[in-house]
Amino acid sequence: MANVSLRKLNIVLGGKPIIRDLDLCVEPGEFLVLLGPSGCGKSTLLHSIAGLVDTDSGAIEIGGRDMTDADPSERGIGMVFQSYALYPTMTVEDNMSFGLRIAGTPKAEIRRRVDRAAAMLQLDALLRRKPAQLSGGQRQRVAIGRALVREAQVFLFDEPLSNLDAKLRAELRRELKLLHQTLGSTMIYVTHDQVEAMTLASRIVVMQGGEIQQIGTPLDVYERPANRFVAGFLGAPPMAFVDGMLDAQGRFEDDGLYWLPAHDARPAGRPAVLGIRPEYVEIHAGGDLVGEVTLVEPMGNHQVVWLRRGRAALASLVHDARRFAPGDRVAFSIDATRVSLFDPVSGNRL
Amino acid sequence: MKMESIVPPLPAAAPVAAPARPARRARRRWTPARIGLYVFLLGAALFFLLPLYVMIVTSMKSMDEIRQGGIFALPLAPTLQPWRLAWSGVCTGAACDGVRTGFWNSVAITVPSTILPILLGAVNGYALSFWRPRGANVLFGILMAGAFVPVQVMIYPLVRVMALAGIFGSLPAIVLVHLVFGMPVMTLLFRNYYCNVPHELFQAARIDGGGFWRIFLQVMLPMSLPVVVVAAIMQVTGVWNDYILGLVFAGRDNMPMMVQLNNVINTTTGVRQYNVNMAATILTALVPLALYFFSGRWFVRGIAAGAVKG
Repeated sequence: MANVSLRKLNIVLGGKPIIRDLDLCVEPGEFLVLLGPSGCGKSTLLHSIAGLVDTDSGAIEIGGRDMTDADPSERGIGMVFQSYALYPTMTVEDNMSFGLRIAGTPKAEIRRRVDRAAAMLQLDALLRRKPAQLSGGQRQRVAIGRALVREAQVFLFDEPLSNLDAKLRAELRRELKLLHQTLGSTMIYVTHDQVEAMTLASRIVVMQGGEIQQIGTPLDVYERPANRFVAGFLGAPPMAFVDGMLDAQGRFEDDGLYWLPAHDARPAGRPAVLGIRPEYVEIHAGGDLVGEVTLVEPMGNHQVVWLRRGRAALASLVHDARRFAPGDRVAFSIDATRVSLFDPVSGNRL
Repeated sequence: MKMESIVPPLPAAAPVAAPARPARRARRRWTPARIGLYVFLLGAALFFLLPLYVMIVTSMKSMDEIRQGGIFALPLAPTLQPWRLAWSGVCTGAACDGVRTGFWNSVAITVPSTILPILLGAVNGYALSFWRPRGANVLFGILMAGAFVPVQVMIYPLVRVMALAGIFGSLPAIVLVHLVFGMPVMTLLFRNYYCNVPHELFQAARIDGGGFWRIFLQVMLPMSLPVVVVAAIMQVTGVWNDYILGLVFAGRDNMPMMVQLNNVINTTTGVRQYNVNMAATILTALVPLALYFFSGRWFVRGIAAGAVKG
């Protein structure tokens, strides 16, 4: 268990700044997820922590020691890659013990660590196999095992589940969470999958354009997004946005189509963008707004009903068996206490 | 973007063998097009096999029988005497002990001239693909340019350099020359192969603490078997069939088989012994021929890989 701290980190690749003046502190034992669209710099950031990408300025500290220019093998990290990156000519056992053999660890100690990791990951029966003889899920388990036997202070995951099919992905995701609960190690995990981010993270770092947009617990980031980018990136169906004004009392209004009662914490007398998550749009007879149903998506355990009112398309989650058809006019209400408000120019949360 | 497998085409995993054909195509009909195709293929095969046939039957005839003409006729009294003579008795210049000295000279030249370029080419390709030293692309460009310069242009300067170094006309000299001329293609071959290996594999080995040589020897080289075989085929055939470099650089004591064969056939004194000439030629061609036969699919791949050398 160790903390990781990045200070004023800058990374330029091929003349293009990828990471800009980035500060980040990862607490010991934390499961930190770096989340963002492809090209946002999250993978580069992870690689720089691993020492696989050179930094241009700034400092990287792992476990209180400066590791900015240290060799990848000296940083006390274990890493799991998207493509598994197993050594194809070595058996599972040799794959896992390769690092230890290089380090000259005594045979008995290697044996103990490999056996322990194999038991944790249910790889006991596969130790003599070659990677080509394993399924995708088994390969990724071996890759995790390879990181485990290093008894690393920090585990780095670079989209480890992206190559797996949906069912395996969910299974391995739960295993990873269990593993973190068991080991309590510091883990840094890169993904573009918000479900992985929400379910695994103790804190999520949302990135875009090489900069951190928001750091917070999954609930925090979801419920109180720091800006419109974070709000739009997290959540499926996505948050709906409505342009309007806040009047002197802090009431939101948009040409008489949307309105919200005043709220203490809300600024007043300025233009604003209203952000509404689907779960806070409720279709019921007593609703004070009326919209037209445009699309119904049955999801099995719930249905997503898309409503149009004015220029905005709102999604509503319906958890009962009511039937809706496109063209229906339905009454609905918005939970005014759970909405987000953003500045129309900067996009920042008000 | 699904990377199914990090396992590169290892021999067992990547046969060039035809993929399973759908059942409905299994029954072929004898259409005119197909008959024409077979006629053409048979004709082409005959065209290439006929000279070989003539060589083999001629090598087993006596000179009297050859003088009677009828080069396609089977030998009346088959004899292996010409073969014996070609192997251990025919004059190859001043000495008259057959092409066998040339054979062993060629073996002595080919073995190091295959192993060294492959090893060096593999290290080059590995360094260029994974470690990407400063100016790697420039270096690679220069190396490739070297592949386009005709060998003949460089012979004189190389002779001068070798003479200066005091190794001209020796085994190390000819091996060095083959090493130099083999380097561009060997490097290209391995570089292209390693470029298809996921970079993450290299990064994983770095995190495991592997250095330059350990990653090369324990991770990359063991998974390079397919390309090593291809490289070996290209290098063995190239070196074995070489005439001009052997003639110039090998020196009197290391004349390769190809040079001795020329001496046997182009002799200006005495009677032309066609049967011995044929036997000597077949003996000389035997090594590349055997390579063609025993490495079929790999050889095709070698030709395909060689196609990029321009």
